[in-house]
Amino acid sequence: MEVIETAFTPWASLIGGLLIGLGTVLLMAVRGNVLGATGILAGFMTPSSSSDWAWRAVMILGMISAPIAILLATGSFPAIEVPVNRWMMIVGGIIVGVGVTYGSGCTSGHGVCGVARLSPRSITATISFMLTAGITVYILRHVIGG
Amino acid sequence: MEKLLVYISGLLFGLGVSIGGMANPAKVQNFFDVAGAWDPSLILVMGGALAVTAPGYWFLFKRGKPMFASAFSVPTNRTIDTKLVAGSAVFGIGWGIAGFCPGASIPVLSTLNPDVLIFTASLIGGVLIAKGAMKMTANRKAAAQAA
Repeated sequence: MEVIETAFTPWASLIGGLLIGLGTVLLMAVRGNVLGATGILAGFMTPSSSSDWAWRAVMILGMISAPIAILLATGSFPAIEVPVNRWMMIVGGIIVGVGVTYGSGCTSGHGVCGVARLSPRSITATISFMLTAGITVYILRHVIGG
Repeated sequence: MEKLLVYISGLLFGLGVSIGGMANPAKVQNFFDVAGAWDPSLILVMGGALAVTAPGYWFLFKRGKPMFASAFSVPTNRTIDTKLVAGSAVFGIGWGIAGFCPGASIPVLSTLNPDVLIFTASLIGGVLIAKGAMKMTANRKAAAQAA
């Protein structure tokens, strides 16, 4: 695995965070649902009813419209720089899928929605995945790769 | 009207993820690489999201009910168990390896970036594997109780 240096982008990241917050609050105001990507994806693949499927489909449509809007406004898609090989993408993806299903959520569901309402479960989950992500990157870059 | 607002909600989320750098694996891994090429940007994504969501939720919950539903459907489970902690720990390992989390990879699917497509397909595979395994465990438990 290689290391791609990235610049600190405080304003873009803060604005990005505020927009995520706005979208999250809007969904709660409209339908009363938490905006967790894991839950939306799982419910989209195995819906409990057609109306339950429909709002998730619209939500995903909104999400995937964003990079296209950015392309139209700026002339390029948001930067996606990948320091790891395809095998790590496959293995990482499967591990993420298993983990978020057993853990009932990910960065958006636990890290934003759950922490925002001070849910002890979500705070615990967030500490857990932040710690292991940090340890994993450390091992990959400084123990194996170092 | 409801559909339009849900669409806007998804659009705002997708814009935030894209602009914030959350869908850039290099930036995500650098955020966790405190001992190396540290890029603290993502703390501002999380902080910014919480700075809006925490007071926003508080205001909504105090006010009563959503516009198009009879009540808020917020998770009510309060038990902190091994499944939650271990599942989340496993998620973190995958996030560290790939640099994508589900909320970051879904919006950028429209870029048709091959890594995004591969990650998301593997993610869906992982969700289905876990759901299948959970169903098998539940069936075995039910069978053991019936016996």
